[in-house]
Amino acid sequence: MSNRYIPHTDEDIRRMLDKIGVGSVDELYSDVPEEVLFRGEYDLPEGMSETELREYFTNLGKKNEQLTVFAGHGAYDHYSPSVIPHLLERSEFYTAYTPYQPEISQGTLQYIFEYQSMISELTGMESSNASMYDGATAAAESMFMMVASARKKNRVLVSSTLLESVRKVIATYMKFHGVELTELPEKEGETDFTAMAEELAKGDVAGVMVPSVNRYGIIENLEGVAEKVHGAKASLAIYCDPSALAVLKTPGEWGADIACGDGQTLGMPLQFGGPYLGFIACRKDMLRKMPGRVVGATTDRNGKRCYVLTLQAREQHIRRQKATSNICSNQSLMALYATIYVALMGPQGLRDVNRLSCDGAHYLYDRLIESGKFSKVYDKPFLKEFVVKTDLDTAAMAARLRRNGMMGGVEIAPGVLEFAVTEKRTKEQIDRLITVMLEEEK
Amino acid sequence: MSTVKEDVRYAESHEWVKVEGDIAVIGISDYAQHALGDIVYVDMPEEGDEIEAGDVFGAVESVKAASDLICPVSGEVVAVNEDLEDSPELINKDAFETWIIKVRMSDASQVDALLDAAAYAKLCEDE
Amino acid sequence: MKEYDKLIFEISKPGRKGYQLPADKYGVDGMSAIPAGLMRGEAPELPEVSELDVVRHYTNLSNKNFGVDTGFYPLGSCTMKYNPKINEELASLPAFAGLHPLQDVKSVQGALQLYYELQQALSSLAGLKEFTLNPYAGAHGELTGLMVMRQYHKLRGDDKRTKVIVPDTAHGTNPASAMVAGLEVVEVKSRPNGSIDIEDLKPLLDDTVAGIMMTNPNTLGMFETEIMEIASLVHEAGGLLYYDGANLNPMLGKVRPGDMGFDIMHINLHKTFSTPHGGGGPGSGPVGVSERLVDLLPTPRVVKLDDGSFDVVYNGDESLGSVSTFFGNFGVMMKAYAYILSLGRDNIKNVGPMATLNANYIKESLRDLYKLPVEGPCKHEFVFDGLADKSTGVTTLNVAKRLLDFGFHAPTIYFPLLFHESLMIEPTETESLETLDEFIDVMRKVAIEARENPELVKEAPVTTAISHPDETGAAKNPILSYKAMKA
Repeated sequence: MSNRYIPHTDEDIRRMLDKIGVGSVDELYSDVPEEVLFRGEYDLPEGMSETELREYFTNLGKKNEQLTVFAGHGAYDHYSPSVIPHLLERSEFYTAYTPYQPEISQGTLQYIFEYQSMISELTGMESSNASMYDGATAAAESMFMMVASARKKNRVLVSSTLLESVRKVIATYMKFHGVELTELPEKEGETDFTAMAEELAKGDVAGVMVPSVNRYGIIENLEGVAEKVHGAKASLAIYCDPSALAVLKTPGEWGADIACGDGQTLGMPLQFGGPYLGFIACRKDMLRKMPGRVVGATTDRNGKRCYVLTLQAREQHIRRQKATSNICSNQSLMALYATIYVALMGPQGLRDVNRLSCDGAHYLYDRLIESGKFSKVYDKPFLKEFVVKTDLDTAAMAARLRRNGMMGGVEIAPGVLEFAVTEKRTKEQIDRLITVMLEEEK
Repeated sequence: MSTVKEDVRYAESHEWVKVEGDIAVIGISDYAQHALGDIVYVDMPEEGDEIEAGDVFGAVESVKAASDLICPVSGEVVAVNEDLEDSPELINKDAFETWIIKVRMSDASQVDALLDAAAYAKLCEDE
Repeated sequence: MKEYDKLIFEISKPGRKGYQLPADKYGVDGMSAIPAGLMRGEAPELPEVSELDVVRHYTNLSNKNFGVDTGFYPLGSCTMKYNPKINEELASLPAFAGLHPLQDVKSVQGALQLYYELQQALSSLAGLKEFTLNPYAGAHGELTGLMVMRQYHKLRGDDKRTKVIVPDTAHGTNPASAMVAGLEVVEVKSRPNGSIDIEDLKPLLDDTVAGIMMTNPNTLGMFETEIMEIASLVHEAGGLLYYDGANLNPMLGKVRPGDMGFDIMHINLHKTFSTPHGGGGPGSGPVGVSERLVDLLPTPRVVKLDDGSFDVVYNGDESLGSVSTFFGNFGVMMKAYAYILSLGRDNIKNVGPMATLNANYIKESLRDLYKLPVEGPCKHEFVFDGLADKSTGVTTLNVAKRLLDFGFHAPTIYFPLLFHESLMIEPTETESLETLDEFIDVMRKVAIEARENPELVKEAPVTTAISHPDETGAAKNPILSYKAMKA
């Protein structure tokens, strides 16, 4: 029986069976009907040693191509400080359970408190939860928060300039939960706020979600939006990138009720799409509608400052079907990732990350337009991501880039490419990207 | 141990009702506050809300439990106890002195169907 | 070791740095092109600390934590097994960590192959046709699975099926997930032994029932022996059966949910398949379905083409839609697959039986001092209804906290709700006889303390970094950030 993960020797098993008073382990399954007992073989290989396992994964890895990434569209290749994986590998962090026993979980509870503080600071909102699965599910849950706050209104609006991958998840959640969802059209690359006002005027809207930086990389001008939304007794949620919020106007400054989004931009590896980090922060008066775990500061019986999970009476393990959400876990270790990242970078580091990314993106944009082979789609302010259009053969271009170890822009419509540049890219890499893109097919 | 007040009526879900003219004053019983423990939050409706007997009109939360508030009568909410927003512990201190909402009843006879003190005391004993 | 209680914000000093970025060689000022009205007014108040500050701070914090690597977690329904280290190593291989989720499928064939093979492995282990790996956690899997259930009825034009039956002993996520999926929860009662009362179930099975959610073994750790009858009753009534995979561990090697008649299930990779809980995530909650439900699964889906290569399907006419931005928690999947391959087809069959053996051993070793409400062999876990002798007023909470003083994590307490003093114990197969014996000794010692020196147990814990935090104060006046703390 014994192997490296199961320590039972034959003698152990005999001793335990004697104590229990049965003759065999099978007897412990004697209440299972014969017809459902599994007698077959699993369709799996023989167990592998560590050496074999390492080789198996390494060989799989060889079938992947590690590309220099100039794409974003929801996943960004930012620099990740070496310190982070080293600290995350402390097994006191990663082998811990949810901190339900505060006396032996102050490490987890305190970093979540620090995480909440940082998210609040970046978004300009008063209260953050302990994190969500990803940006899209955080957005869907934010919609539920707005419906729960609105009393008897059951329709939400989402801007069609929000990333499609996020809108798809919102649509799924709303469809099944029974919330009516209306997509607001776009106008010249930004949310059509005239259309929004018309929808709001109907009086049945619980909440509106718009992006801070949208699917074209454009920084939307949200001046006056909160006033319009609040005037219709609805709530405003802004979908945002917490890294960019170190320099861009925050949801708090725009007057939003909720900020949500994905924290992958806080240095997290691309990792083929996950694990990333969803986040939700809100104004204080919406706190009790917020899903998920929340950590609060308090004191123990000796007056010592400490941290506990709080406001648990909102949650599924107490409220069951009347909970604010079904979410049980958070993305705790990724919240630690973000916390350490923000601690290392600080306000100046985050500003430098944005400045380098922004300068690189503008450099690439200017060179592409200058080449005459690419043209503007919109003439709007952008930070690290933008779209351009071209008549060149984009499929051939993508293949050429791949052969040269690069991933270019995401083709979001025929001939329309969206590029992202992070601080990890260099001027030399960008020059080479342009050269390869403009090479004639042989 | 918890006390049962004589001059009010009770719902099986542990709310008490005191009738003042056409107004029903509603709170939760001492037994209920005892079972919940330290109350940290009371979720309440807004004035002007129309409410049916049997509707959930709010909730009372302690650290590790929550209990829905179920309205024993139909009518319009004419007042909510704003003191509870900052001091939910008032319910722990005196559950019968601390009302939660007042409802202008549309059908005062609904009160007759509620439990009297003796019947409610028995209900608590059985639980 | 000296006590450390600072927040990262409290060791901040203006001008200090923990990073270094390359010089800006672009010769353009991109940010000046952004109108001031779109820029943040003031810089965020974030820590300014050196790299060593950060390393010491979080290392100090880690020392205040208990994990599986620190000691034994008898935490019922959470399956806190050992997290193998090779899994961590493999999941961080650069050949996977650097992949953008929107890369051309031809450039990510290794990742897609791994993804596909894990789907297949789970199908074989569960006895179901196909898995989606998109859901991020168990509760997310439940939600996705219930969406599959609703989608099934909807596509058949059977719109009146809006109810889902959930046992009163179910995990709290079950009714909560049903609510989010837009289903109405109908509770079915349990018998005193925790199993579903078939006589109570029968009248509930009308044509408005979409299905039933069950976990087997149930939350008392007892196998639902009438599962086949329940399955045929639900199917005859036109409903589907959902299996909550939170309790899958004891079934590994013994019973496959698909063979018990379940149509839909989720698996918690962070329970049964050894990936770390991470202090609350990231987890992964793949959802498996029977053949007739395959096309309803969420997208994106990874498929194998006839030429042996792998592809991604982003849309499907019958698919319920998307539940994740990309493919799910890929890094977690890598760890689970490494675990499955480590054990292989033979060793994996020992997982369930050894977990069950461990649980029964603890149960039989303590039943004279703790009240055992249900007789018979349990599976991976079991529930005591507190101490056998309750005369001194020592509660389950007191016992749980006293265990912390002895270096063990507490069991799950006050769940299931069937008993007033529930104490739910799940040891998992990775714990040795010696560890179990130590735990048993301590549990016996605490029971005796409770009788002879009850105040000592009620005061516990006394050896931990903090003791008896004011949770009422925390909930009444929530302080959720450093800024609020300073105010």
